[in-house]
Amino acid sequence: MSEVVLDPGSRDVDARALPSYAFGTSSLMWWGTVGVAAIEGTAFALAIIMYFYVRTRVQTWPPSADPPELIWGTVNTLILLASLIPNQLAKKAGERQDLRGVRIWLCVCLLFAIAFIVVRGFEYTALNVKWDTNAYGSAVWFLLSLHTTHLVTDTFDSAVLAALFFTGPLEGKRYADVSENALYWYFVVGAWLPIYVVLYWAPRWM
Amino acid sequence: MSTPALPGSSDVFADPARDARDAPLPEESVGLWGFLTTIDHKRIGLRFIVTAFGFFVLAGILALLMRLQLAVPENGLIGPDRYNQIFTTHGTTMMFIFAVPIMAALGVYLVPLMLGTRNIAFPRMIAYAYWLYLFGGLMLYTAFVLDVGPDAGWFSYVPLAGPQYGVGKRSDFWAQLITFTEVSGLLVTVSIITTVFKLRAPGMTIERIPLFVWAQLVTMFMTMFAMPAVMVASTALILDRLVGTHFFNYAEGGDALLWQHLFWFFGHPEVYMIFVPGLGVVSAIVPVFARRPQFGYPAMVVSLIATAFLSFGLWVHHMFATALPDVGKVLFTAASMAIAIPTAVQLFCWTVTLWTGKTVLRTPLWFVLGFFFILVLGGLTGIMVSSVPLDLQLHDTYFVVAHLHYVLIGGAVFPLFAGFHYWFPKVTGRMMDEQLGRWTFWLMFIGFNVAFFPMHILGLEGMPRRVYTYSAAMGWGALNMTATVGAIVLGFGILLFAVNVARSLRYGALAGANPWQADTLEWWYSSPPAFGNTHRIPVITSRTPLWTPGGIAGEVRGLSRSPPETLVTSGLEAHPDHRVAMPTPTIWPLISAIATTVLFIGSIFTPWAVVWGSIPVAIALTIWFWPTRAEARRHRALEKSP
Repeated sequence: MSEVVLDPGSRDVDARALPSYAFGTSSLMWWGTVGVAAIEGTAFALAIIMYFYVRTRVQTWPPSADPPELIWGTVNTLILLASLIPNQLAKKAGERQDLRGVRIWLCVCLLFAIAFIVVRGFEYTALNVKWDTNAYGSAVWFLLSLHTTHLVTDTFDSAVLAALFFTGPLEGKRYADVSENALYWYFVVGAWLPIYVVLYWAPRWM
Repeated sequence: MSTPALPGSSDVFADPARDARDAPLPEESVGLWGFLTTIDHKRIGLRFIVTAFGFFVLAGILALLMRLQLAVPENGLIGPDRYNQIFTTHGTTMMFIFAVPIMAALGVYLVPLMLGTRNIAFPRMIAYAYWLYLFGGLMLYTAFVLDVGPDAGWFSYVPLAGPQYGVGKRSDFWAQLITFTEVSGLLVTVSIITTVFKLRAPGMTIERIPLFVWAQLVTMFMTMFAMPAVMVASTALILDRLVGTHFFNYAEGGDALLWQHLFWFFGHPEVYMIFVPGLGVVSAIVPVFARRPQFGYPAMVVSLIATAFLSFGLWVHHMFATALPDVGKVLFTAASMAIAIPTAVQLFCWTVTLWTGKTVLRTPLWFVLGFFFILVLGGLTGIMVSSVPLDLQLHDTYFVVAHLHYVLIGGAVFPLFAGFHYWFPKVTGRMMDEQLGRWTFWLMFIGFNVAFFPMHILGLEGMPRRVYTYSAAMGWGALNMTATVGAIVLGFGILLFAVNVARSLRYGALAGANPWQADTLEWWYSSPPAFGNTHRIPVITSRTPLWTPGGIAGEVRGLSRSPPETLVTSGLEAHPDHRVAMPTPTIWPLISAIATTVLFIGSIFTPWAVVWGSIPVAIALTIWFWPTRAEARRHRALEKSP
């Protein structure tokens, strides 16, 4: 028995001609980001299910509390929706490998994220229930805090990436990171919309 | 070895081309520093396996202690409080820090080899996942030794584990152990899924992926969608205990059943997260020892996927003794019976493969045959308890203990030991002793059945699980003594395995690259494979590349060796797509894991640990991410824009 015969020329692959990074579904980072989003999306879905599960335990909803004030949550939803624009522009700048564009739009994204976190502080004060009041309060605080955790970590991630784009050392694949960073922000926004409806509108409709 | 060779099978020993191909890539990390910083999937995977096996031995010793206590009625060896900690720690270890991690660890070690790539995707994350897992397991055993081990059972039902009845910090340690292992396990899922979709050797189309890798992939998807449930549940539990939330407090609108739903929405798929990789091991071994390709590959793949989907529709069968609507229970009975079908399809395919092959019986195949026997028995009792009236009678009795051990030891531990004997030569370069291997098998097989079969009868006679003793008047003494004797025999079997490993590491016959003359790519490298696995990523044209003439039809040229690069391919067809620089060794995953451990353990004692504990974590992760100038310069030298 001898070594499997290699047949040079016919099936060999020359990797030198291939690019050394990629965008979108080709890149490993895309898969990593989507994988993490799938895990965390499942956690969000389960937290929403918990909310509706404890809903079945009582007759009136919300139990012994007013629904959360609409104002801050709604303001935040608008900020979050508006933040899609700079993120898309940052993503496009990344895909063009446009250093100036990336710097500008990453900073604009950060401003939106910080505004969102500040308003989130007001949201906590307008919930009209505490986490230890009853199971409704526990579910509300859990959902909101789960989302806040993602918000804060993603803001921090974006800040680190933005800092890297100002100080270096840079290389081409960092532009792909900008693209995946925007993708993760879309997930944070996409997760918020159902949570917003559950936290602010479900108590009014149910 | 007298195995008949197949046409085209390759024994590629002492081949100069192989030596060049299999020399380690430069920049391997060595010494103590290398031990702490390595990003080689084989070293981390092996470390995972050895650690999980260590926890398996510890939990096995706890099981033996329980059997000694129960050997005779009204025994005073262990008191009730310690006994509660022992069975909780035994179950928690076996489920969370042995079975699930060791199955994923097999994937960390073997999947990149089987796919023909140089390393796993995100190897630094895998390193971080390992350290977290290790620290979580050490925390559990530290708590156990200090007499504050969890004591509410491995599924930690509320209200027993809740703030009202769960005294002290015991259940908090349980809840944070879950956080440790689940963060670790979830990171591994992302890594293995990405590896399977993006790092396959060119030509390894989706229908050429080895069945072992399919089983891993399916398991990782199940983990991805099941594990968050137990994380949400254990977080809610610790919040109830620590900051006074009311998720499980009936008086304030919470519900104890919510815990059971969340736990079993994870817990039932978990059984399959343990069992499905075991199926993958069996599918790797059966064709090799039948000396023919696996029969019914498409049916096998579809069965794995069907098992995964159905496993999410079973969780309520753990809750048949609760006041849920009967109509709902009927659905779960139907699903519980239906999941037998894909498993049966695989059993038939293996049977056909063995029946029509030139079967060679070696230790790995003995363990597979043991798996068939035990799993079928466990499956049959599973069909029994999937029926609501029978389950109500048998719930919380030793019948369930017997059933779950038949399923889990039969479905996972026997395949795992088959895998240990099968891949040992690949990992160490030496063969295990065949004679000792057969003794190990027979001791384990007989010991297991003598230990667990009597428990069926004890359960039918009404002996409840989780009791620390029983009255002589119940007449359970003889069967319990039998079970204890069986457990000791099983223990000797595992001890003999350890002896065989120790002897074979030193005196075992040299294995060569492919001692079993197997078909899949992991047997193409030298044993053990060097750092970076191969200099020449192969181009594949067959599902059984080492059995098909021309199965390896070429190689990938032009990848940098220093800094090492690997090839990324397209998801379905595995067309070459781009090069990617492999991450370099680093200490920061370890430091990040230490910082995370401080956060997790700190939060058992004060909720503020989540706030101040996150600062060192953020700093460590940032330094981990931040590229050095030298690294960026080297990457830029090889850079080519898409």
